[in-house]
Formats: sequence, structure tokens, C-alpha cells
Amino acid sequence: MWQALYEELRERDFLVIAVALDQSAEDARPWIEKAAPTYPALIDTQHVVADLYNVVNVPTALWIDERGRIVRPNDVVFGSDTFKHITNLESAKPLAAVRAWVRGETAGFAPADARALQTLPTALDQQARAEFGLAEWLARHGQRDAAERHFVRAGELAPHDFTIRRGSMPIRGIDPMGPQFREMLQTWVGGGRPYYRALPDTRG
Amino acid sequence: MGVAMTFTVIDQGRDREVRAHVEGGRLLLSAEALREALGWELHDGTLCNDAMCVPLPAGSRLGEGGVFDLGEVAATLDRPLALDVDARAAYLGVSAGERAQALGSLLAPDFTLPDLAGRPHTLSSYRGKKVLLIAWASW
Repeated sequence: MWQALYEELRERDFLVIAVALDQSAEDARPWIEKAAPTYPALIDTQHVVADLYNVVNVPTALWIDERGRIVRPNDVVFGSDTFKHITNLESAKPLAAVRAWVRGETAGFAPADARALQTLPTALDQQARAEFGLAEWLARHGQRDAAERHFVRAGELAPHDFTIRRGSMPIRGIDPMGPQFREMLQTWVGGGRPYYRALPDTRG
Repeated sequence: MGVAMTFTVIDQGRDREVRAHVEGGRLLLSAEALREALGWELHDGTLCNDAMCVPLPAGSRLGEGGVFDLGEVAATLDRPLALDVDARAAYLGVSAGERAQALGSLLAPDFTLPDLAGRPHTLSSYRGKKVLLIAWASW
């Protein structure tokens, strides 16, 4: 799906960079091999990009211009409508916006507007990421019980961060599509909180 | 000081083993261990590494008697610390202030990550292109 967009726009100095927040390359491999991307499809087992960009769920997309500036901060962009019945977000609108930007028909956000749309990490968010980092290290070194303590703590500190709460499930031997995820989702959404946090013009 | 043991301290993705004492849930390092594990040294009330110096807050007792409480070091540096005394591991994260400042500058934070073949890719090496950066996952 991203491959088609990339093929369509690559002659216009456009690049897709996909980063998989997965516990191992093997978890991401089947998806990447199926997509057969010719753009960089990277593996981020330690959530480096989540930490750098304050990514709290997937998919999250940003626009970065030719000078390396963020001109559209974290947004929810799906490559297809496979999950539309769950997400209530159409893929067509954000994809059309990407096309218009790459073709130079529209600009990204001006700096002040981009900043106003950013969600910056709090001290609690960063404490949660440290707990996740410790847990991920412990899990990788065979200390499962200790890892579990810190995965749980990380999720308590940043309950909105599903790269932690759901993203840790495969590492902990929990099915990320299973009953524990569905219960977590229902509790979260039932409290009137969005699972996907799209920018206003994507939502509207 | 409490019981001496070998601890792993993880900082910026690198892990180092260090001798430390645990006392009342706190992790205490010698000046030498602090330098080895994290690259920080205390000089005249200022905590320094290769890149920067951070003054100790007024009244700080950090380093008194040659003892450094890692939790206090982290607090002085405004960085989060995750600690597991039983598992003998500690993880030093990045401060919210540093992350917020970087994101607020709108200059896309740089990173280098491998693809499936293990080949590293660096975001900034693609300057000159419009980039759609997508974080996704199999879960």
C-alpha cells in the first residue's frame, strides 16, 4: 500500500520510511516481505523512534520536508481502509493530502501551526519509556518476571501509550489481538478517550 | 554502605556492568563506577561528561564521601531512571525537556536503524527528499 504511493511519487523526490516498532525483525518480516518495499523498511526493537518523536500508537505518520523539518506532526494515516470499520478513519483523505504536498500543490504546516499541533512528552511519559526500556532489556536477557514488573509500571505511568501497553504484549507472551487487548481497548475507549489520535483535519 | 554487587546500567542503548552498593532501595556508585558506567565526573560542584556540564542544585550532597546515588544523579541530570534492585539492572532514559526542545525546534530528530537485511539507514542521509515517516507494527 505504501509501495504504491512511493512508486507514484518517487520521481518527485519523495520517500517513504517505514519503521516497525516490533520486538524482533522476525515479527515484522512477513508484513515487509509481502509489501516488497523499495523504500527503507526499518526495524526498531527498542522503540528509538517512539522515544524521539513521542509516538504513542501505530500507525503514526509525520511529514518531513527537504530540509529535514517536521511540517506535519504526528498524525494517524492508514495505507488502506482494511480497518476502517474499527478506526472510523478513511485512508483516502490523508493520502490525498500527501500527494498534494509532494506535488507542491499545498505546503505543510507553518512552524507555529505545526508546533500548536504537536503533543510533547511529559516527565511521566519519559519515565514510562525508561521503565519500558528496562523491561525490554530484562526480557531480552531472560529475566521475564522482572521485565513484567516494569512493562506493567510503564503502562500505568503512560496509559495512553499503546506502543508500550499493546506493543509490549508480544514480548510478554500476550496475544496483541486477543481478549486482554480487547478489554484494554474497551476500558480506554469506554472512558471517552480516543485510541487513535488523528490531527483535526484528518478527523474532520 | 550496603551489600556490594555487580549491576548493569543501560544508557542510550549501551549496557555496562558496574560494581555498586544497594542501600534502602538506592543504588550507590563510587566516583570511578559512575565514570565507567555513565561517563560523568564531579568537579567543584559540577557534574560533567564529554559533552556538557550540569551544576548540582543548592544543598545537593551528591558525591559526598565519594558516594553517588544513581537516582540523585538522574534527578540532577533531569533524566528518568528505571531501577530494579532484584534484577540488578538500571535504565537511564532521556529527559522530557530534551525531547520537547528537540521536537519543538521542528528539526526532525535523527536516527539510524537497520532494515531486514541489517543494513543501517540514517534519516538525515535522505535530506533533499520529502519524507513520509511512518511508525507501524505487526501488533
